[in-house]
Amino acid sequence: MANNNSKVNPIISLKNVSKWYDDFQALKNIDLEIKLKEKIVICGPSGSGKSTLIRCLNRLEAHQEGQIHVNGIELHEKMKDIDTVRQDIGMVFQSFNLFPHLTVLENCMAGPNWVRGISEDEAKERAMSLLEQVKIPEQADKYPEQLSGGQQQRVAIARSLCMQPKVMLFDEPTSALDPEMVSEVLDTMVELAKSGMTMICVTHEMGFARQVADRIIFMDEGEIVEQNSPEEFFNNPKSDRTKGFLDQVLS
Amino acid sequence: MFVDTVVEDKALHKPAFLAGLSITVLAIFFAFNFTNTIFGEFLSPVIGNPEESGFFGRLAVSFVLTILFVGNLLLISFARLKIQILIVWLELFLLFLAFAYSFDLEIAYIFSGQPSKIGIMISKGLFTTIYISAVSIVIATVIAIVGAIAKLSNNGFAYAIASFYTSLFRGLPLLLQIYLIYMGLPQLGFMIDAIPSGIAALSLCYGAYMTEIFRAGIQSIPRGQWEASRALGFPFRLILRKIILPQSIPLIIPPTGNQFIAMLKDSSLVSVLGIWEIMFLAKKLGAKDFNHLEMLLTAAMIYWILTIILETIQARIERKYQQKT
Repeated sequence: MANNNSKVNPIISLKNVSKWYDDFQALKNIDLEIKLKEKIVICGPSGSGKSTLIRCLNRLEAHQEGQIHVNGIELHEKMKDIDTVRQDIGMVFQSFNLFPHLTVLENCMAGPNWVRGISEDEAKERAMSLLEQVKIPEQADKYPEQLSGGQQQRVAIARSLCMQPKVMLFDEPTSALDPEMVSEVLDTMVELAKSGMTMICVTHEMGFARQVADRIIFMDEGEIVEQNSPEEFFNNPKSDRTKGFLDQVLS
Repeated sequence: MFVDTVVEDKALHKPAFLAGLSITVLAIFFAFNFTNTIFGEFLSPVIGNPEESGFFGRLAVSFVLTILFVGNLLLISFARLKIQILIVWLELFLLFLAFAYSFDLEIAYIFSGQPSKIGIMISKGLFTTIYISAVSIVIATVIAIVGAIAKLSNNGFAYAIASFYTSLFRGLPLLLQIYLIYMGLPQLGFMIDAIPSGIAALSLCYGAYMTEIFRAGIQSIPRGQWEASRALGFPFRLILRKIILPQSIPLIIPPTGNQFIAMLKDSSLVSVLGIWEIMFLAKKLGAKDFNHLEMLLTAAMIYWILTIILETIQARIERKYQQKT
């Protein structure tokens, strides 16, 4: 990434980041810079470290070597302001992780109301407008378990957006969904991308990657093997590992 | 439990089982010899004087009893499930009454005196028992929440203190704890009354058991709930209070209800401190005229009724929480 415009401060930067699970090295010397409004898709075979990488960005996982800066703040073990950093990073999980004892509306109001110090009325207004954005305002008073997987994932996206984050992380958001529900979630993500949100998505949805990504990152065995624009990535992959992976997912 | 959609014949309706059961029951009745009881008298037109009826009389009595017993089972087996349950309950209760009746009790003794003995048991004893149990369960719950969080924390001191506490108080008999607190604390210069020391012992003991219940309840909340809360930037206390504990409560309530019912009965142990609860009064009121069994049975009935009421309440609370989640 030497040709980055150095005037644009990256919202996220990783320098030489490594992570181990006991003896197993999950991330190997990762260098990465992500600018505001950039849309990144991370792909790779399972066990390649892509989920680990994205989970290090809001420190759900700890890295052992190198530096991660988010919004100008370094993430490390002794930091005091991790909650403030996390409030600016939305995260959407494979398994939705909605709060089952709260209604859809309460799920979306919780963040702004509890930690952003926003009044209940205002939080409710914001939650409703975001539920409209993900096209399920009519489900506001239901509990998560009454919703389909696709609807739950859209609520999870709305819940994150209610915090008005600077970056959104997506960790395989469609992998747990029935096939017919994948597109409703992807459509929501495409719209979010159009609105200018900075997005980092771990996904196997190559159609989505082609349509939305500014940059596709291919990981294997804990390393970034290749990163490129979608056109170059799909039409002109450089590494053999990338070619092998693309053959499998595109066939 | 999962009830299969394929139903086997009732065991009672299989001739082989029925025959085997009848022979076994006959053998048991024969072995216990009911000839000299009321059953023998009933059959005296057939077997003559029960005392002299010998082998034939004994067999006849056992035979009639077996027919009554197995016939009763057969009849019940044709009823609907709810009716079956009701009849069996009633019959077992009647058997229990007959058992108590065979003690040759002076039932009127329970109602004698001014105020009546049962009146004292209910007005003083029942109140004290409920008061001690209720205060103890509240304190035990607070201890359990703190203990569970300490046991789940990675603070060495908190974990060590909490696990030492649960190990000690689950490792000693409750009766011993009651004595130790009541007699031990004054050695340290704390004069402590009987009721507070009884409450302290019950709270500490049940707090230790409930710590484990709460810990298991908190641990069974999926990891994803923590991750989602962390990712939203919620601080630890907020996650616990608003996300984790509310989801643990439906899991914690059934075993906690059991603990409360158990505590209600274990509160009888504090009678050794001279606290005027049900058990103490039963012993005290019965001892005067050597009518121990009358008063003990009264106490038994009060505990039993109280437990049934609590079980009903517990079932209702459980149903309410099941609907919500």
